[in-house]
Amino acid sequence: MKYFFNKNGPLISTYLIIAIGFWLVFLIIIPQLYMVDLSFRPNIPPLLRGGPDDVYTLTHYKHFLFGSETSGESYNYVDVGVFRDTLLIAVLITLINLCFCYPIAFYIAKVASPNTARLLIVSLIIPFWINELLRSFALRILFAGEGFINNVLLKLGLIDSGINFIAMDVALYTGLNYAYILLMIFPLYNAMDTLDRNQLEAAEDLGSSMLKTHFRIVIPHAKAGIASGCTMVFMLTAGALATPVVLSSPNTFWFTQLIYQWFNMNDNWPRGAAYSVVLLSVSVVFVLLMMKIFKVKIGEIVR
Amino acid sequence: MSADVELQNVSVSFGNFYAAKNVSVKIEKGEFFSFLGPSGCGKTTLLRAISGFSEPSDGKILIGNQDMAGIGPNNRPTSLIFQNLALFPLMSVADNIAFSLEVRGTGKVQRRKRADELLELVALSGQGDKKVHELSGGQRQRVAIARALAIEPEVLLLDEPLSALDLKLRQKMRTELREIQKRVGITFIYITHDQGEALTMSDRIAVMNQGELEQIGSCHNVYESPRTPFVATFVGENNSFYGTVSAVDGDMVNVSADGNNFLAKAGDLGEGKKYTFKKDDKVIMFVRPESIFLKDQNNQADNIFTAGFKAIEFEGNLKNIYMSIDGKQNVRCSVSNAVDTTDLPNSKKVELKFSSRDAVVLPVGPLAVD
Repeated sequence: MKYFFNKNGPLISTYLIIAIGFWLVFLIIIPQLYMVDLSFRPNIPPLLRGGPDDVYTLTHYKHFLFGSETSGESYNYVDVGVFRDTLLIAVLITLINLCFCYPIAFYIAKVASPNTARLLIVSLIIPFWINELLRSFALRILFAGEGFINNVLLKLGLIDSGINFIAMDVALYTGLNYAYILLMIFPLYNAMDTLDRNQLEAAEDLGSSMLKTHFRIVIPHAKAGIASGCTMVFMLTAGALATPVVLSSPNTFWFTQLIYQWFNMNDNWPRGAAYSVVLLSVSVVFVLLMMKIFKVKIGEIVR
Repeated sequence: MSADVELQNVSVSFGNFYAAKNVSVKIEKGEFFSFLGPSGCGKTTLLRAISGFSEPSDGKILIGNQDMAGIGPNNRPTSLIFQNLALFPLMSVADNIAFSLEVRGTGKVQRRKRADELLELVALSGQGDKKVHELSGGQRQRVAIARALAIEPEVLLLDEPLSALDLKLRQKMRTELREIQKRVGITFIYITHDQGEALTMSDRIAVMNQGELEQIGSCHNVYESPRTPFVATFVGENNSFYGTVSAVDGDMVNVSADGNNFLAKAGDLGEGKKYTFKKDDKVIMFVRPESIFLKDQNNQADNIFTAGFKAIEFEGNLKNIYMSIDGKQNVRCSVSNAVDTTDLPNSKKVELKFSSRDAVVLPVGPLAVD
């Protein structure tokens, strides 16, 4: 601490401590703790809060697992099903995203000339100046029954009647894939950029095919970047709200939509809090498990 | 198995710039052949063309009499050792060495056996399970050689692999490389800017400048009979005396330079031919510093001249004496450290001598350093 102050001077040191402390305490720890606390409280009118009825309870977690007390089902198959589907699709989206972004990142990092690489990076970033909601609506227009894609396919005579992309959730998956593409490409690009080009040439000279070079040289080198990109894309996809609201079919619910409903439409904040705690903790556990399986240390991810 | 490598009028151009221009050379089977030249002379470009990482824009490359056009680096009987070695840092030493077998689908046991054999060849037995970063610079060098030899190449290409090592290790590795080459018996093509490396290891040397071959020959030939002023000054040290021809007698030429009249032999043109000069030709006479002696040394000499003393520099095994004739023509003379030079700084004029056999006359041309 003393070394830190001596090194940076009193002004900068104080600023750093206050700024980071504020960020951690006020923007992350307190809201989340409040949320966890809220999730264990009964949903009672404001006047009764702090009264004899305001005791810690597991009722909201019970509701997530088993449904309302009056239901005859053995478990809450609607909410748990939505939760399961959300996580499964988020995993799938993450994997598709990885397959999609890996060649792009590799091309920018190791194949393209510096000028082409800059141009490609800029053209990846600029579309993201457009708000996420607007991008989702734009995709909805493209995928709509009378939308651009259907019109083109009809005109070309490839189909006889319009395809309902929205109902098939094609629009949703496309939108979710597109939404966090940069968070996949940049960690991959950063990791691959540090790979010595001679390594690739050495592998080629030793007779390795392109595919083998990627599996033996590039992927092991970029492992931390892959883990970092996958983690971010998975977390954000599982927690996405705007894209599913705009693009999901009427039959598909994203778990965040349920949370949103408890908070806003049903005015049951404690239950919404419980649901979001469930989403957050299961996602974190899942990510940690994956990191354990693929032998990635958390320190490598932030490198 | 070893193969010869033939370059036929090979040019490599990038736009309007020729990195290598019209290079023709035949490298024999089992030869240790070096391309020697300053950085940017096109030697690495040539090596990449031989290994298949770039295609010549003109001319042909034959390896074992087979045209290599359109054949990628992974299908050529060559193996390249990179300047930074490019070992795979995430693999063990044995995995590095056996990588070429792994990608060809060889089984694990077989791979390990081959890796161990090669480790023994490069004197690293028992180090197979180490990580690359646990090895010293010289050991990494040997791993790179073992890895390159694992595919049993007919030609090994080396791109200045010793340049990152410190002096002592570099000298040791020179001997070792040469020994490994003799043991495996394949053709080595070595790229370097270090003339010491080229002279100690090679059977033959090709000196390059600005994309063109200046001279091909044995180490002795290149050192003792330089064909161009560039070769004379790039390979080893040389004194260059600018002058004009005053008389010609067969292969011997009289050169008048800075008021002195020297006798020297005409430069070699190769294939037994010599340069022919006539009176009043502008020429440069080259005499190596170690061929110039102080007058009281016991050496045969038929040229005697005097120069003004400037400085003396101690280099360990020898001493460099810097002098000048009339303050214009610099002369450098290297004598063994055993020679007594204590009186030199006090004497204004130094009497020097050299033999006409050690002096080479060449037409005026660009030098390696000015």
